[in-house]
Amino acid sequence: MSGVRVLVGTRKGAFILTSDEKREEWEVSEPHFAGWEMYHIKGSPVNPNRLYASQSSGWFGQMIQRSDDGGKTWEAVGNEFVYDGVPGTHQFYDGTQHPWEFKRVWHLEPSLTDADTVYAGVEDAGIFRTTDGGKTWGELPGLRAAKGHLWQPGAGGMCLHTIILDPVNPERIFVAISAAGAFRSDDSGKTWKPINRGLKSEYIPEAEAEVGHCVHRISLHPTRPNTLFMQKHWDIMRSDDAGEQWHEVSGNLPSDFGFPIAVHAHEPETVYVVPIKSDSEHFPPEGKLRVYRSRTGGNEWEALTNGLPQSDCYVNVLREAMAVDTLESCGIYFGTTGGQVYASSDNGDNWTAIVRDLPAVLSVEVQVLP
Amino acid sequence: MIVVALPFHLQKLAKVEGDVELYLEGTVTLGAVLDALEMRYPVLRGAIRDHVTLKRRPFIRFFACGLDMSHEPAATLLPEPVVSGEEAFMVVGAIAGG
Repeated sequence: MSGVRVLVGTRKGAFILTSDEKREEWEVSEPHFAGWEMYHIKGSPVNPNRLYASQSSGWFGQMIQRSDDGGKTWEAVGNEFVYDGVPGTHQFYDGTQHPWEFKRVWHLEPSLTDADTVYAGVEDAGIFRTTDGGKTWGELPGLRAAKGHLWQPGAGGMCLHTIILDPVNPERIFVAISAAGAFRSDDSGKTWKPINRGLKSEYIPEAEAEVGHCVHRISLHPTRPNTLFMQKHWDIMRSDDAGEQWHEVSGNLPSDFGFPIAVHAHEPETVYVVPIKSDSEHFPPEGKLRVYRSRTGGNEWEALTNGLPQSDCYVNVLREAMAVDTLESCGIYFGTTGGQVYASSDNGDNWTAIVRDLPAVLSVEVQVLP
Repeated sequence: MIVVALPFHLQKLAKVEGDVELYLEGTVTLGAVLDALEMRYPVLRGAIRDHVTLKRRPFIRFFACGLDMSHEPAATLLPEPVVSGEEAFMVVGAIAGG
């Protein structure tokens, strides 16, 4: 019988939730790294018991933790993230140029083929790679050459929060940065180009600029890596040519502001978002926590509410805090800033809180174990 | 022998409980104690000082014998009671947050 392991990063520690394939009864671990901000925890697709975790603190900086036993024990590995060469400057809030400064790791993306190779998305925006299991990290500086001097921080900082390794083309990598946009490399990270054509952002001086868009999340289905879905600051966007051109698919959503976006494990045209009222009011419209599902690749969306609070709910769902499992009946998971993790084992039709009252949830990943 | 008091989270990182003891040869300066601490517990590299510049992290403080030594240069000699091991050299996480 398969098992399911949900890796939850919160503002005050990491938690590991486990269940069998029925996903009815859940065991919640004690906090790992209690008191630390756990931005992201993710397992290697090659070896599911090899986990990597980003542990950070305003006092003590950045740590990277690695586990080889599914999170029972951890070992601190390398935490030296030094930009390649003289990193230069980017746009700052006051319009001046500001030097690149490392702050934290937002996202860890283990290689699809090698458990010792991992990509890290960091703030200030950059991408690093380790090939020795996290002991040492080196930057892929070609990304910052993609008009980095024009990037600028959003309210959450200038963070590289999304890394997608193309499962079909091993040389292709997608990343997204707030507030710079989406970028693609076709040569394993040596060179990069902005892929933001079709995005329209009224909150920047030139609405259709090549860079400067606040992309919140990108997702794809592994069998169709040229089809990308994006939750932008505002707007749900879709590309069918690996980001060369985007078009809006927000359709009938009550709000097209939000953070996460996820694609069903077995249905490439089924997409999930969590609408948030606005960029000024980070909670669900009408106090109703609703996941919206499109089975048409966007534009036509249905509200999924069974088991979710439909009154007085004022939590947010952050960009890293939604994931899907690969069991036959696809499981969908998301965590809230109120500390709940909700799960559906039937494609989103019905939801239940598999844990409540955690610290604010920053990230959710899920693994199906043999 | 130098006694170093670490805050809770750094004790957890270093996998120690309570104060740590360091044996230094030569002049006992602020920088020498931090070098020895990081040599003994490599996991603390980057958690107290920047890896490259060796600048103190903003919310870390250094206290010794009732003195705030946070802004002193690395070459500053530590007070005699710390050098003799009578008093601890304290690495402190500044009070902040909620």
